[in-house]
Amino acid sequence: MNKALGTGMKNTQWFLPSTPSFPCSWDRSCQCNSSSCLKVPIFCLVKIVDILEQFLREGGLSALMWEVCQQQAQAASPELQETLLNKVVCLPDHLSNKLQGENLPIFLPQNYFPLLGTEIIQVLQRISDSLRGGLDCSISFVSQVLGKVCVHGRRKEILSTLVPCLTDLTKSDCIWQRMCWRLVECVPDRWMEAVVCGFVQTAPGADVLSRLLGNLVVKNKKAQFVVTQKLLLLQYSCPTAMLQNLLGYLALDNSRRFLLLKVLQELMETWASSSAVKHSPVEQQLYISKAILICLSHLKDVEIDSHRQELFTCMMEGMKCHLDSNLPRIRCLGMIVAESISSRINTDGPILKFQYEEDDETRELKSLLTQMLSPPSVISPLDEGRKDSPSAVTEAELKPGRKPLAAACAVSEEGSDSELDSDDDFIPYDMSADKELKKTKAPLYIRDCIEVLTGPEDMDKWEATMRVLETLIQRNTAATQEVSVELAKVLLHLEEKTYIDDFVELRQKALVTVTITDPIPVAQYLTSQFYSMNYSLRQRMDILDVLALAAQELSRPKAPGKNKPSSIQTPCIQILPGSDSSKDWRKIVDERIKSKTRRFAKGQSQVELVCAPNKFSSVAGHFFFPLIQNFDRPLVTFDLLGDDHFVLGRLAHTLAILLYFAVNTVVAAAMGKALLEFVWALRFHTDSYVRQGLLSCISSTLLSVPSDRLLEDVTEELVETQAWLAACLALLADLSNDDNPGPWLPTFTKGLQASRCSREGSRWRLQEAGLAESAANGEPEKET
Amino acid sequence: MIAAMALPPPDPEFVLRGTAAPVHTLHFSCRGQEPEFPILFSGSANGLVQIWNLKTHRVDKTMDGHGGKSVYWVETIHGRDGLLSQGRDQKICLWDLAEGRNVVTDSISVDSVGFCRCSLLKVAQDRWLIAMPANDPDEVQVLELPSKTSVCTLKPEAGAKLGMPMCLKLWQPGFGACPFLMAGYEDGSVILWNLSMGKMLSRLACHQEPVMSLDFDSEKAKGVSGSSEKVLSVWSLDEQQNLKVHKTHELINSGISDVTIRQDRKILATAGWDYHIRIFGWKKVKPLAVLDYHTATVHCVAFSDHSRPSERLLAAGSNDQRISIWSLYNQT
Repeated sequence: MNKALGTGMKNTQWFLPSTPSFPCSWDRSCQCNSSSCLKVPIFCLVKIVDILEQFLREGGLSALMWEVCQQQAQAASPELQETLLNKVVCLPDHLSNKLQGENLPIFLPQNYFPLLGTEIIQVLQRISDSLRGGLDCSISFVSQVLGKVCVHGRRKEILSTLVPCLTDLTKSDCIWQRMCWRLVECVPDRWMEAVVCGFVQTAPGADVLSRLLGNLVVKNKKAQFVVTQKLLLLQYSCPTAMLQNLLGYLALDNSRRFLLLKVLQELMETWASSSAVKHSPVEQQLYISKAILICLSHLKDVEIDSHRQELFTCMMEGMKCHLDSNLPRIRCLGMIVAESISSRINTDGPILKFQYEEDDETRELKSLLTQMLSPPSVISPLDEGRKDSPSAVTEAELKPGRKPLAAACAVSEEGSDSELDSDDDFIPYDMSADKELKKTKAPLYIRDCIEVLTGPEDMDKWEATMRVLETLIQRNTAATQEVSVELAKVLLHLEEKTYIDDFVELRQKALVTVTITDPIPVAQYLTSQFYSMNYSLRQRMDILDVLALAAQELSRPKAPGKNKPSSIQTPCIQILPGSDSSKDWRKIVDERIKSKTRRFAKGQSQVELVCAPNKFSSVAGHFFFPLIQNFDRPLVTFDLLGDDHFVLGRLAHTLAILLYFAVNTVVAAAMGKALLEFVWALRFHTDSYVRQGLLSCISSTLLSVPSDRLLEDVTEELVETQAWLAACLALLADLSNDDNPGPWLPTFTKGLQASRCSREGSRWRLQEAGLAESAANGEPEKET
Repeated sequence: MIAAMALPPPDPEFVLRGTAAPVHTLHFSCRGQEPEFPILFSGSANGLVQIWNLKTHRVDKTMDGHGGKSVYWVETIHGRDGLLSQGRDQKICLWDLAEGRNVVTDSISVDSVGFCRCSLLKVAQDRWLIAMPANDPDEVQVLELPSKTSVCTLKPEAGAKLGMPMCLKLWQPGFGACPFLMAGYEDGSVILWNLSMGKMLSRLACHQEPVMSLDFDSEKAKGVSGSSEKVLSVWSLDEQQNLKVHKTHELINSGISDVTIRQDRKILATAGWDYHIRIFGWKKVKPLAVLDYHTATVHCVAFSDHSRPSERLLAAGSNDQRISIWSLYNQT
């Protein structure tokens, strides 16, 4: 490096013979470069470009900056500095403007700015030399260069060379460290953000960042704002590593830790604010959750002690509004963050524990809490390379030695295996019946089941009953009908007394089967219970699920032979191999005939569809109308239009499903009319899940109600709905970057498409075409 | 196509009812020539030994020789003219069955009150060895029949803490060679004894619980043992006469009361406390079938000694007083 520096010095002298005259001559040449070029003949231009290239190649930039730095110490003219700054930073732009296609590679930004980075290092080297020599030197011009380059959007190029060098140089040298801090501090405020962001992004670890920036955040207000507010709360695009750098940097020095606490406080406030949870995008909430978890991982126990109460309050607040959300991802985020906070603040007491499904995101979030500061010395790329290569070599050397041995083992094992295989080819029988032995016997009658389920606690018997209930109900239809409502009541109130792995499913299946066996009384009971007091939301949603599933079962045509396979599974008669062979014979003959027969029809022969009356048609009203009746009458414990909007959303979906299964029934038209009124009443609901439900209601109305009935009976409602949807679409088009338009459009267009398909050729098509057109207009807007 | 799908497990070929008590032991004798019919001996909890005719599926003879105390081991001697039966009345009876007789001609008294079944090995023409628990709780005694002279008493060294012997299996590497004894003990270990020296050769602690039953395949030097745990343990004997665990197989339910390897060493059957009979391939201990018929603990399983492989049967006796007869994996 010293050598390079030496040549650079010499070159400077060569290029600028006398220091005092240099600024003027440079100024002139610049002017010639930028403004008077038009008049310059082509050979002149080429020559100037040549000279410039040589200037860059021979380290002219560092000489130039060093010159300015020296002058600055003796106070030079600001205009000159300004011009110089402009020229140095904008040189690639000027040249590419001028030279167009014939630009030289060295002037391309991707080459120029890394070069500038190394030149800056050289200047810094000289400054450090002169500082060691006791001479005063100003670094602010270099800072300005750096700032301006960063703000011009070239921070990646320049910092990718600058940061690794600085990381190395500051490792053990305190003068370099101070210079580096000064370099960043001297960046003018208007460029500070770009520089700080660049450093946070490029630094390989929090400790490096801390070494490079020093206590910048404490000294510089702008930097503090960027670090504590802008990067954390006002945007959410940084990758996790950058967040870790940033917060780790705050945590590393005691003089900065108060900022960490402040940041955590602000993050927690945002996290706990219900309006933020409702209105900000999921990605931002994920970002904030990550930041909170990283902060928590950095906090010391003492700090937690002093802020326990605040953290606790925020946690309760935030947990509530997260769990209120209809989006599973947000609920999950809330659960993870709350769990993490509680595990940190309750060192000895009970901690929160939620049940959620583990996926990559939850695992990543949890890992953030556990991983502490990044390892103390982040290895510089150079070191890394050095370290990697020998290990790679040794591994490669070791491998061949190990491999044959392992292979030999495998071979010998295989050999012995194949030898054994020869007479071990018995075909195993089905062993699915091999279950854990249950000591108790399941009851055989429905009434016994009710007794067991309500009676004293005998867990084994209870479990056996749960498992057998569905089949018992199916088998004894008549017996079930006698006690159907009672059984439904018992099942609805049933709680999981002991752990059964599929309790929820078993209970639901049993309830659905009861509903199918005796639809009218059970549906009446369930729908009435939906609107009565003293039920949990879970039970109310269970009711909805059961009604929907039962409707599906009832409307599905039952194949007469459907139950046969299950009876085959418990064989009574062993088929002898002899009879099998006769079957094979039949099959072979059939195959032969088939192969010699020519068929003229194309395509596969269609499977015969089983025809059966829709059993749901006669009972659909009992399912539907009691449910839609009372939604606007709040109870003390149940307020559909208020807090319990999640159930309202489920209700809307369930009604849509019920109507869908009531297709081709007489009552469908009345149901459709009621449903459109329901939609109309709720169309401005604030919750997206509810609105989504309304859209499926509309789709299902369009699908299930015959078109002539639609036009005759519910024309007004339809026109209103159409107007509403059109208005919504227009709104969507306006707010194309609205935060949460997601669920709207697909449902709507799908519904439209479906209805269009189902009603080919009806008069309704004209109006629909209008709707579809507006949908088509809306869609691209949303895409952008 | 059909082969790819797992077939449902077969049902019993037939079921023998009428023991009127839990069945504790079974023994086939099917080698007889044409005028003779295949028979099955059963010993049950009411002290009766019954002879079942497998042609008619009826009881041919009922023999009462143990004073109403449970019979838990029967074995033929002299073809089917003689029978040994061991009962809870601490007696081993020798029955003479030749020419339609059924009388106890001799008996050996056993001092042990344990549940350990005896083991019989034919060492020469008209010479047998019988291993049985001795009067010291942890000892095994080997007698020569028909002379009833004691060959040796196998006593573990002091401090071995094996507990009582639970199951015995006499075997010899080849006819005329020096006989060995495999014994499973109360502490869960299996021990190989050398009878000529009367000394323990190897000890393998393969279970945590008492070994309920074991069987040994002298050709492959590999054995299997079951205990009251959920594990079926397969062990092997190497050239240095050391026992080593070869493989363990985890079961769904705990408790194996009997384990038997078929004479052709291809399959293995276990009698489970969970009412199931399990069939495994013997080479790899691959589970082949779970036979579900009984409604109570299965006490014993036995394979028939039919000379024609296709006729081979499997019998299982259970606490539900029934004997189920199965025909499995008989194709050669």
